[in-house]
Amino acid sequence: MLKTIGVSGVGDLFKDIPASLRPKSFNIPAGKSECEVTGHLKRLSSKNATDLINFVGAGFYDHFIPAAVDAIVNRPEFYTAYTPYQPECSQGWLQAIYEYQTVICELTGLDVSNASLYDGGTAIYEAAMMALRLTKRNKIIMDSGVNLIYRTMLYTYTSNLSIEFVEIPVVHGQSSREELFKHLDDKTAAVILQNPNFFGAVDDYSDIVERVHKHGALAIASVYPVSLGMLKSPGEMGFDIATGEGQSLGIPLSFGGPYLGFMAAKKELVRQMPGRIVGATIDKDGRRGFVLTLQTREQHIRREKATSNICSNEALCALRAVVFVSLVGTEGLKELAQRNYQKAEFAKNELSRIAGVEVKRSAPTFNEFTVSLPRHANEVVYGMIDKGFACGFPLGRFYKGMNNYLLVAVTEKRTKEDIRKLADGLEAVL
Amino acid sequence: MNAPKNILYTKDHEWARIEGKKAYIGITDYAQAALGDITFAGLPKKGDVLKQSDICATVESVKAASDVYAPFSGKVVAVNENLAAHPELINKSPYESGYFFIMEISNEPEKAKLMDSTAYSAYVEGISK
Repeated sequence: MLKTIGVSGVGDLFKDIPASLRPKSFNIPAGKSECEVTGHLKRLSSKNATDLINFVGAGFYDHFIPAAVDAIVNRPEFYTAYTPYQPECSQGWLQAIYEYQTVICELTGLDVSNASLYDGGTAIYEAAMMALRLTKRNKIIMDSGVNLIYRTMLYTYTSNLSIEFVEIPVVHGQSSREELFKHLDDKTAAVILQNPNFFGAVDDYSDIVERVHKHGALAIASVYPVSLGMLKSPGEMGFDIATGEGQSLGIPLSFGGPYLGFMAAKKELVRQMPGRIVGATIDKDGRRGFVLTLQTREQHIRREKATSNICSNEALCALRAVVFVSLVGTEGLKELAQRNYQKAEFAKNELSRIAGVEVKRSAPTFNEFTVSLPRHANEVVYGMIDKGFACGFPLGRFYKGMNNYLLVAVTEKRTKEDIRKLADGLEAVL
Repeated sequence: MNAPKNILYTKDHEWARIEGKKAYIGITDYAQAALGDITFAGLPKKGDVLKQSDICATVESVKAASDVYAPFSGKVVAVNENLAAHPELINKSPYESGYFFIMEISNEPEKAKLMDSTAYSAYVEGISK
C-alpha cells in the first residue's frame, strides 16, 4: 500500500508536521506484541481514578444516562454520517436536529434555536458577537459568576477585536445589581449572566433584563439545562439570548469533550444567529419534510462579512441531548430537577453538621452549593480522593481569596448513603 | 435594463427618488437582475441616522448577499414593511413597491455625487462590457 501511494514508510505520512512537534516517544517498550501492548496501556489507563464518588460539578455534571441513548446514537446511520452537505437528502438527520431545536426552545422559553454549537463557551462568544453586530456597540458587561472557562474563552476568541469588557464582582455569591447598574449605559452591547451562577446561586434576573433593555442592550443568559426542569426560564425572565453547556443532557463526562453548546434567541434575532437552523415544511405531495431553513453565510456567500465561522454543528452530541430529553420526558425532567435539588438540600444539612464547615445560604441553589472549610480546599480534596471521593471543586482555583471554599454538586446519581459517607469522610479529613 | 428618468443613481446601484425633502431609496433593476431571486432584505430602523455611503441595509438572494449604501445623509423616516413577507417585490418592482425605505435628506448638495438616468445607463453599459 505504501508503494501504491508513493511513500517509503509510515513516517512519510506525517512529514507535514515539523519533527519538533511530533511525539519523541510513546514510551512503549520495543518488540512487544499487540496483546502485550494492549495490556500495558490498560494498566496505564487504570491509574486514572474513574471510580471516585463524584461531587464535582463546576459546569459539567454527573447525570445518569439511559442505555437507550447509546443504542440510538450508535446506529451507523447517525454515527458514521458526516455533516450533511446536501442537507435535504438527509431527512433523518434534519428531523433529529429539528426535534433538538424544539427541545432547546421549550427548555429556554425562547422562540428559535440553532442546530447547536461546540460548547457552552463558544455559545457565549457567538451570543456576544450577535449583540455587537446588532447594537453596533462595543462594550460587554459580564458577571464574574459566569464560569471562568467561558469567560476565558470569550477573551481568547475576541483578543484581536476592540471590545471593552467589564467584569462585575460577585457579592455574597450573587450577582451585584449595584455594581452592574453602575456600568450599564447606552454604550453597552450586552450583559452576560449565568443561572445558577458558578457558586450555585439561583437568581431571577428579570429586573436586570428590564434595565438592560432600557439601554438598548441585549441580555444574554448562560443556563444549566437540567435546572430548567424547575427554574424560571431565560425566556420568562425576558432574556434575548440563552446559551449553555448541554453536556448534562445525556453526554458523558470526559476530559476535553466533545460537549454541546446550545443557543436560543428571540425570533427577531434569527438572522444574526450562528450556525444552522432546520425547519419543517410540506413537499409538493403534501408530506411533512425538513429543510435547512437558514445557515450562516460563511462558506457560501459573503465570506468577508461572515456572521460566524461556525458552519456546521455538534450533531452527534445534539442527538444525544434530544434522545435523552425524549426518554426522560417533560414530567421526568421536572422530577429529575426536583431530585437534584432535594439531594443537594439533604447534602447541605449533612455537611452543615460538621464542625468548621459552613454551608453558604445567602441565596437559593439548585444542585450545587458553596461551603467554607477550616483549611485549604485543595488539601481537603486530595485527602478525600484517598477515601474514594471527588468531593468538590476548590473555588480558589478560579477566584482569588477563596482558597478555603469548596463547590459541591449533588446529582440524582448520588444516594443518601453516598452523601452521608461524604460527610463522614470530610469530618475525618478536616 | 430599466432606469427611469425621474430618479438618481449611485455607482453601487442604489436609486433615490426625491419628493420634497424626502427620498425613496431602493436598488436598481440592474442590481436585482444581477442578484437573482431575492430572499431577504435587512432594513434600517425608523429613526436611524445615516451618513452618505454608510451601510444602511443588506440584501440576500439565492446566490449572493450584498450591502446597500445610503445615497444621502439623513434620517430614516419609514421602511417598507412589505419586504419582510415579500422580498420578491424587489425583483418584480425595484423602483416602486420594492423600495427599501424613505429618508429625510439632511444635506441636499450631496445630490451632486449621484448620476441621472442617462449617466447611470452609460455606467452600467461600461461595467457590463
